[in-house]
Amino acid sequence: MAAAEPMVVVDDLHVVYRVYGRGGDRGTAATALLRIIGRKTRRSIREVHAIRGVSFVAYRGDAVGVIGRNGSGKSTLLRAVAGLLPPEQGNVYSAGQAALLGVNAAMLEDLTGERNVVICCLAMGMTKKEIKEKFQSIVDFSGVGKFIDLSMKTYSTGMGSRLRFAIAASKEQDILLVDEALATGDAEFRVRSHARIEELRNSAGTVFLVAHNLEEVELTCNRIIWMEQGKIVDQGTNVIEIVDAYIAASGGAPVERDPVTGRRVHARVPAKT
Amino acid sequence: MPLAELAIKHGLRPSAERPAVFAYLRSLWQRRHFILAFATARNIAMYTEAKLGQLWQILTPLLNAGVYYLIFGLLLKLNRGVPNYLDFVICGVFVFNFTQRSFITTSTVVTENLHLIRALRFPRAALPLGYVMIELEQMMLSLLVLFAILLFTGEGITWYWLLAVPVLLMQTLFNIGCGLASARLGSNVNDFSQLLPFLMRTWLYVSGVLFQISTLDINHRLVSILQLNPAAIYITLMRQALLVTQRQSQPGAEPYNEHKCAIWQSKKSPLDWSAYCHPVTSEFHYWIYGIAWAALALVVGFWFFWRAEAHYGRG
Repeated sequence: MAAAEPMVVVDDLHVVYRVYGRGGDRGTAATALLRIIGRKTRRSIREVHAIRGVSFVAYRGDAVGVIGRNGSGKSTLLRAVAGLLPPEQGNVYSAGQAALLGVNAAMLEDLTGERNVVICCLAMGMTKKEIKEKFQSIVDFSGVGKFIDLSMKTYSTGMGSRLRFAIAASKEQDILLVDEALATGDAEFRVRSHARIEELRNSAGTVFLVAHNLEEVELTCNRIIWMEQGKIVDQGTNVIEIVDAYIAASGGAPVERDPVTGRRVHARVPAKT
Repeated sequence: MPLAELAIKHGLRPSAERPAVFAYLRSLWQRRHFILAFATARNIAMYTEAKLGQLWQILTPLLNAGVYYLIFGLLLKLNRGVPNYLDFVICGVFVFNFTQRSFITTSTVVTENLHLIRALRFPRAALPLGYVMIELEQMMLSLLVLFAILLFTGEGITWYWLLAVPVLLMQTLFNIGCGLASARLGSNVNDFSQLLPFLMRTWLYVSGVLFQISTLDINHRLVSILQLNPAAIYITLMRQALLVTQRQSQPGAEPYNEHKCAIWQSKKSPLDWSAYCHPVTSEFHYWIYGIAWAALALVVGFWFFWRAEAHYGRG
């Protein structure tokens, strides 16, 4: 790696969601009326403190894996890095544009894949000419094939997320945030997307990857952040150690590894091509 | 070294930072093709389930006009002295509908497109702008329907019809401003979109869509206030541009009248009477107010929307 140039600096970040839930209140018109008459404030506005004081630095060329159980704040962290959620306290600094790629980043479902490609590319700020040039490669990469002129409602989950990945990865992003988007692809697509992530890393970007598939994280990432209840348990470049510690903490059986390379003995994810 | 210092030393910027006004406007201009493509796409998606498809864009204004005429023109006989009441009502309904729909559809624009907002980084004002563009397209189709009705009901084509263009332009700018404000209000006040239809219906009834405001038997000052409200301004201007009968029944169509001019100058009479002071048909005040409302709505609406730019992703 070249001289360490920070791309993302997260400084004591706190993120709070305000949820209008129905805690304790039956939510009928009568109770609402009583509440207004009694001048009570709505008890049900709850604050969820999703990120509680997270700090880290990611450098140019890093692929950062974020691991942790469901609800530990991984996706929220990515959204905050992308600038889509305002911090309650602390700050997130980034160099250049960030693009977030999530599993449920649905596009306009009623429209054809083709139109979705054009609209999303326009939203990312590409010109019409650029889109014309890249269109075929996006379609080829996604492997959607002749489905491209059908409505996205007809797509399988995997096809949809492949197309989304292809679109987001088509632009040279400074920072690419991938949230479980590879989870639905098939084996062949995973190989291709790994290659693409590698390319993005080499073209001097930074990639963040949230995944529950730890093997994928090991293969792709050179830096890892382990989160639990909105806080960082451990982080560093010693990827394998942290993954093993995480497996041990969640009560899984230890992974058999080659003592020299650290690679898994029974690898399920196909090796990079 | 503290992290904040490290970030600043390497020229990193806060992610959730709101861009400055001019930078924001520039990035919005860069996304103009996105705004149009988004509008077109949504328009297609809206009618994709209906068998008649895009035909509904023409049918909706026709049915609207028909319903109002049936109730107010035929059943209630409300055409108190308004010549050519059918065209009068239809013109009013179409113009008002443009503003009303712009308000209502934009109030849910943030919640409807949260997926897009959370996935991609673009100036959020592009979304309400796109929605208003859809309504503009719908309005233009409605005007085509209106032109057909006008010719069919005996109003002739005149050069005055060209005045519809600047009226439409002013109203569109006004609607963009309102749409931006409505989008922000709808994004965090959950009750706003519930309340909106009632506000809109009240606005409809006080804007002289179904009757001539100047014929109301109420305080002169109140009449003037009603005539000055933006919806009434644009409706009146559009009617005067398109309807011969409206132009001829306006006070301005009558010759210069010293007596009525004196009453107007003593500020005790309806706005329309200003025309008695000069021998021109077109009422200048309405144009000034039309421009002023458009400018005010645009500036305030844009500023209000832009203030919360970084927060729309929260949902």
